[in-house]
Amino acid sequence: MSTVAGEMDHHDHHHHAPSGITRWLFTTNHKDIGSMYLWFSFIMFLVGGSMAMVIRAELFQPGLQLVDPHFFNQMTTVHGLIMVFGAVMPAFTGLANWMVPMMIGAPDMALPRMNNWSFWILPFAFAILLASLFMEGGGPAFGWTFYAPLSTTYSSDSTALFVFSVHIMGISSIMGAINVIVTIMNMRAPGMTYMKMPLFVWTWFITAFLLIAVMPVLAGAVTMVLTDKYFSTSFFDAAGGGDPVLFQHIFWFFGHPEVYIMILPSFGIVSAIIPAFSRKKLFGYSSMVYATAAIAGLSFLVWAHHMFTTGMPVAAEIFFMYATMLISVPTGVKVFNWVATMWRGSISFETPMLFALAFVILFTIGGFSGLMLAITPVDFQYHDTYFVVAHFHYVLVSGAIFSIMAAAYYWLPKWTGHMYDETLAKWHFWCSLISVNVLFFPMHFAGLAGMPRRIPDYSLQFADINQIVSIGGFAFGLSQLIFLAVVIKCVRGGEKAPAKPWDGAEGLEWTVPSPAPYHTFETPPEVK
Amino acid sequence: MTTNSPTPNPAPRADNARVVRRLLFVVVGMFGFGFALVPLYEVFCDITGFNGRTKNEQAAANVRSVDTSRTINVQFITRVNKGMPWGFEPEVKSVRVHPGETKVVNFLASNPTGQNMVAQAIPSVAPGEAGLYLNKTECFCFNQQPLAAGADTKMPMQFYLDPDIPDHIHTLTLSYTMYDMTANAQPDVLASFDAATSAD
Repeated sequence: MSTVAGEMDHHDHHHHAPSGITRWLFTTNHKDIGSMYLWFSFIMFLVGGSMAMVIRAELFQPGLQLVDPHFFNQMTTVHGLIMVFGAVMPAFTGLANWMVPMMIGAPDMALPRMNNWSFWILPFAFAILLASLFMEGGGPAFGWTFYAPLSTTYSSDSTALFVFSVHIMGISSIMGAINVIVTIMNMRAPGMTYMKMPLFVWTWFITAFLLIAVMPVLAGAVTMVLTDKYFSTSFFDAAGGGDPVLFQHIFWFFGHPEVYIMILPSFGIVSAIIPAFSRKKLFGYSSMVYATAAIAGLSFLVWAHHMFTTGMPVAAEIFFMYATMLISVPTGVKVFNWVATMWRGSISFETPMLFALAFVILFTIGGFSGLMLAITPVDFQYHDTYFVVAHFHYVLVSGAIFSIMAAAYYWLPKWTGHMYDETLAKWHFWCSLISVNVLFFPMHFAGLAGMPRRIPDYSLQFADINQIVSIGGFAFGLSQLIFLAVVIKCVRGGEKAPAKPWDGAEGLEWTVPSPAPYHTFETPPEVK
Repeated sequence: MTTNSPTPNPAPRADNARVVRRLLFVVVGMFGFGFALVPLYEVFCDITGFNGRTKNEQAAANVRSVDTSRTINVQFITRVNKGMPWGFEPEVKSVRVHPGETKVVNFLASNPTGQNMVAQAIPSVAPGEAGLYLNKTECFCFNQQPLAAGADTKMPMQFYLDPDIPDHIHTLTLSYTMYDMTANAQPDVLASFDAATSAD
């Protein structure tokens, strides 16, 4: 079967594996591009993680120890930007590149040359962003949300670099999203109707529409910041007739769909893994699809719950409170379906399943703290405290990132052709699980006790809790090096993986050999 | 799986192009929508009083009835923007007015620096809803205010509350923030400094 690839040479866009650096520079192969996305995102995860280590080291004790406050602010800002745009989003795009064509029986992505571009502009975006840290006056220090006037009146001269890097990240995401949509709409194998698509494909399809709808709005917001700062426009400057609160509306109109962009593909991953290791069909497939679509639709109607303290009229606060709480209904449907899938299943606990289970529990904890934050009157207490930090790290680290780890373990045998080291992987899981909770759970209490976020120093009563959090942080950071070791070991060798290493797994990706040949499904499979 | 199909891509290329064109249309549209939010927000705030926006233009001093059965407490808050060296204060902290009744409140500004400066005051009203019923017939906030080095001035603000103001509003707060506009001053405002010097 793998010799099929060699016979395709007359198609000029399918150069067969040229060697050296040019293979990676000029590749239009979805598997190559997927691998590059995944490696890039892991490198960014380590870079952004190192910044988190700086933050936790500074916060280990009250007072200013290691870094000055301005540098601390740059660390919180760039940590956020890198983790959102450099780690989580490219990891999902990488998974989409690898898996979507294989799951729908397509030979490649629909627009392979654009695929190459959308990856290769990313390293430049992050090189620009990271380089700005070394400029005079420092890099962005206004938080990843870049609220005006922090990003306009009070920002450093390097803000233009921040703006351009966000532009490039946005273009990359938009191109990636267009590619996913065209691929799913036009390249499904015969018989692969929409309601037969695996949930990972469905969730990515919906995510791609969210990306197309909101990334241009982000591009508009950074452009307005750019012109306000350098070309004396007054979009957000009250003195010139603008309004700084308008910035928050525009930003969160992008920002709230953005947080679902970072979680919907996770839902798809978990919906593939839990049935595989429960040896049962996914419970409530179509309700999963509709719930995903409902979450995506509602995400456009809730943005102002990030802004309860800006002095909105009570009627608006009540609207956004109820609209936000409404999201817990489709999300609850999903959690219910995952639990129902496991009910009376014949469950085994390989590492992908462990991460998926941890995802369900810890993401739900993050969802509950989100519900608490949605309650307008109490949000006034929680706003801008560590409670918020705890909330979004539960949904993004033990949510999105745990699901990416689960996906990596689940599909590593397919990618590399080798089984990963299960013992080492279990070490990675248990170290991550314990440390992530030591890291983020006490933050809830620090926040409820009134510790504000984004500060390099704090009052003495928070000293013990911050020490515990920092220890959890260092442990979590180090645990991820085990993951790196598992992946490298698995790429280099190991027990040969069969085409379908998980006996309960379903989907077209398991019908091709492991490792997946360079070209798959050049003849579309028949889906019944 | 073993047959060598000449068409690896089951969809015709034209079909891809059509979908891409439509998606690009959405992308461009949403980029435009981001900017369209600016005027939309403006209109939304003007209609609803959202975010304490108040009409910053001269209201007609039309004939109206005074509703002596109600008294509303109007409070004044002033601040200068960060880095702005002016002194800026209301003469009184609050006044009690009947809806429909005209009042004048003076604001005191001083420029302690050695430079001629121009400033602009930006109003905001809380609760936002009340902003719709606050009408100013005369205000220093309508225009940029020049103030020569070391000078001080008394700036009047004349207003009335629309008698239709909802019953549940008993207190409203009018806040002014003074911004330094010297760098972006209008030419005719700057010209007033020259006029003052030549008159000496």
